[in-house]
Amino acid sequence: MIKIQNALYQLLDFSLQIDLEAEAGKFYVVLGTSGAGKSTLLSVIAGFETLKFGTVFLDGKNMANVPPASRPVSMVFQDYNAFSHLTVWDNVALGISPSLKLSDAQSLQVVDALQKVGLEGFEKRLPSELSGGERQRIALARVLVRNKPILLLDEPFAALDPALRQEMLDLVVALQREQRLAILMVTHQPQDARDVADGIIFVCEGKAHQPISSKQFFTSNDPAILKYLGRPR
Amino acid sequence: MNKSLTKAQWIAPTFIVGAVLLGLVPLFWFVLSHGGLQSLRFDQSILSVLLFTLKQALLSSLISVALGLLAARALTRRAFIGKNFLMNLFAVPFALPAIVAVLGVSAVYGNQGWLGGVFNIYGLTGILLVHVFFNLPLAAKIFHEALSGIAPERFRLAAQLSFSDRAVFWHVEWPVISSILPGIFSFVFLLCAASFVVVLTLGGPIATTLEVAIYQSLRMDFDVGRALALSILQIILCMVLVLAAGRMALQEHGSPQSKNMAQRFDGSTFIARTIDGAAIIIAILVVLPPLLALVVAGLLNVMFDTAVLSAMGFSIVIGSGAAVLALALAWPLAQLNHWSALGLALAGLIVPPAVLATGWFLALKGFDPGLSLTMLAVIALNGLMALPFSVAVLRSDFAQMGDSHHRLCEQLGVAGWNRFWRINVPFMLPALRQAGLLAFVMSLGDLTAVTMLGSGGLVTLPGLIHQQMGNYRSNAAAGTALLLAASCYTLAMLAQRLGKSR
Repeated sequence: MIKIQNALYQLLDFSLQIDLEAEAGKFYVVLGTSGAGKSTLLSVIAGFETLKFGTVFLDGKNMANVPPASRPVSMVFQDYNAFSHLTVWDNVALGISPSLKLSDAQSLQVVDALQKVGLEGFEKRLPSELSGGERQRIALARVLVRNKPILLLDEPFAALDPALRQEMLDLVVALQREQRLAILMVTHQPQDARDVADGIIFVCEGKAHQPISSKQFFTSNDPAILKYLGRPR
Repeated sequence: MNKSLTKAQWIAPTFIVGAVLLGLVPLFWFVLSHGGLQSLRFDQSILSVLLFTLKQALLSSLISVALGLLAARALTRRAFIGKNFLMNLFAVPFALPAIVAVLGVSAVYGNQGWLGGVFNIYGLTGILLVHVFFNLPLAAKIFHEALSGIAPERFRLAAQLSFSDRAVFWHVEWPVISSILPGIFSFVFLLCAASFVVVLTLGGPIATTLEVAIYQSLRMDFDVGRALALSILQIILCMVLVLAAGRMALQEHGSPQSKNMAQRFDGSTFIARTIDGAAIIIAILVVLPPLLALVVAGLLNVMFDTAVLSAMGFSIVIGSGAAVLALALAWPLAQLNHWSALGLALAGLIVPPAVLATGWFLALKGFDPGLSLTMLAVIALNGLMALPFSVAVLRSDFAQMGDSHHRLCEQLGVAGWNRFWRINVPFMLPALRQAGLLAFVMSLGDLTAVTMLGSGGLVTLPGLIHQQMGNYRSNAAAGTALLLAASCYTLAMLAQRLGKSR
């Protein structure tokens, strides 16, 4: 589903080597120290950043020169996922039509998506009238209507309380099962990885590594992983 | 933010560069075809104009900034009855047209005024009085905003370490003050150095500035060589000042707002109380009497005769035109962070109105421009003068819209017309309204462009006040001035309210 070979991203004195493959329908968690390039990895896949060398293959297709909107990818950011001047409905509908002109069938899709993420009844509200968790639900509803096979989550629930985090995470897992999404989620909580991950992508010292299972990760003797987890060797 | 300009966005830079060239080329052309550069005379009289310009600007800004700083400190650390009233009072001068302020100050200190004979308001004293009336509250507001931004923990820490008042000042307040002091000072200096209406009305043969001298040498003496020599000096002066103050000019300035005060442990000594009290009283004495005089003299004399109505019509047309133009020009410029975009936004400050107007006047002189073309020129000049302020308002919202918006739009494929119409315009609407109102208010009260470009037929509200003052119809002038002042103040407050809700 995602295949990045011998790739190098470079900006000033920051660089990131990427060499990884991720399968369809699996949930990957991206871990690593701050500033290591976790977000950059997602941005490269989404098409916001361009590689210096190497290629990104998504769904078997070479993504060089493919703009973000045409990639089989949805991305949810930590914040600002909703346009503050647009209603919940419009924010979700934007995932179907940039001009907000929807057919009846498309409107039903929006209704369905809002219902699945638990935002029915909130259609006419503005994002500012919602809580932080509800705002992220808008983004998830939009992911549903866009119906892309890859979902990138950049610390989407970092600002939420533990209970709410768990609830949102469960929602994401449910959506993933239903739509068979390949998910890459950046997080600072190794706990998330233990709970939900099919694989862990570790980003460290300028390199994004091939995914390993969470069991492998948490029992690893790799000094970089041990240092990240704060465990003495 | 957008990284590059689309085709439509090239219109704004082209317009500005064109307007500036249309100002500069005829000037140089005229001089070159009339005796060449030898006719540029940088003589004694020009030198004395330059010196007076610098002198009045230096004094105006020293007094305004010093008193403004003291007032801001007092406002930041004291709670007193009427503080909110004072804050609102400080917002008024910023909204007033220059000619109205001149009238207000004359009504207090002029020969026929309440305190007639205390000052001779014609000459340096009068110019300083009006400049301080405008800029003391402005400086106070910027300082107040910065000082209220200091974290309350700093004052608590200082109290715990038993800092003296002096130590609190140097270690807590001064770092904040010193970081904005040069910017404020040069910004006020720039405003005073380029001030036209105040010097035109209160100055005289000796007390004249470059801006006024350019206008006079062209329109009274028709000495283009002298006008060009003065213009070159003025451009150099303004360029230097804009380099120093540009950043300050591109920030938003409203009026002081009372925020939650940090708990203060300093300033309880007798000296500190005296200084703060004196600063507040002086500030009130500078700002309040001219406003009171304006209201008292105006209230009984507001008239809606044909002259006033037609002047109002012209003012509204010019104001609306200038607001639309300023917004259209500001839209692309506010989205770019490149120095060239900022330079273009500041074009109306770097190449001062007098210089632009001189060139345009020469260019239009060949054929009779007629009323509508003159009006277009006045609108264009007003639009350019309002541009830095419009860009300032739009910039902060575009910055807020920022990268994440851009990414979201890229991902969802919202581009072109959809992006402009569905995303950018609605998101920017509050800022657009505010910037538009601000430009409208500025142009409504403008006497600079109208005087420089105007002919007898084009009489706006400020122009009418100027006429009435010149004809010694001071009652009528006071009535018109109150009408204009009230409109400007109401609209400016509306703009400010829009600003707060953003």
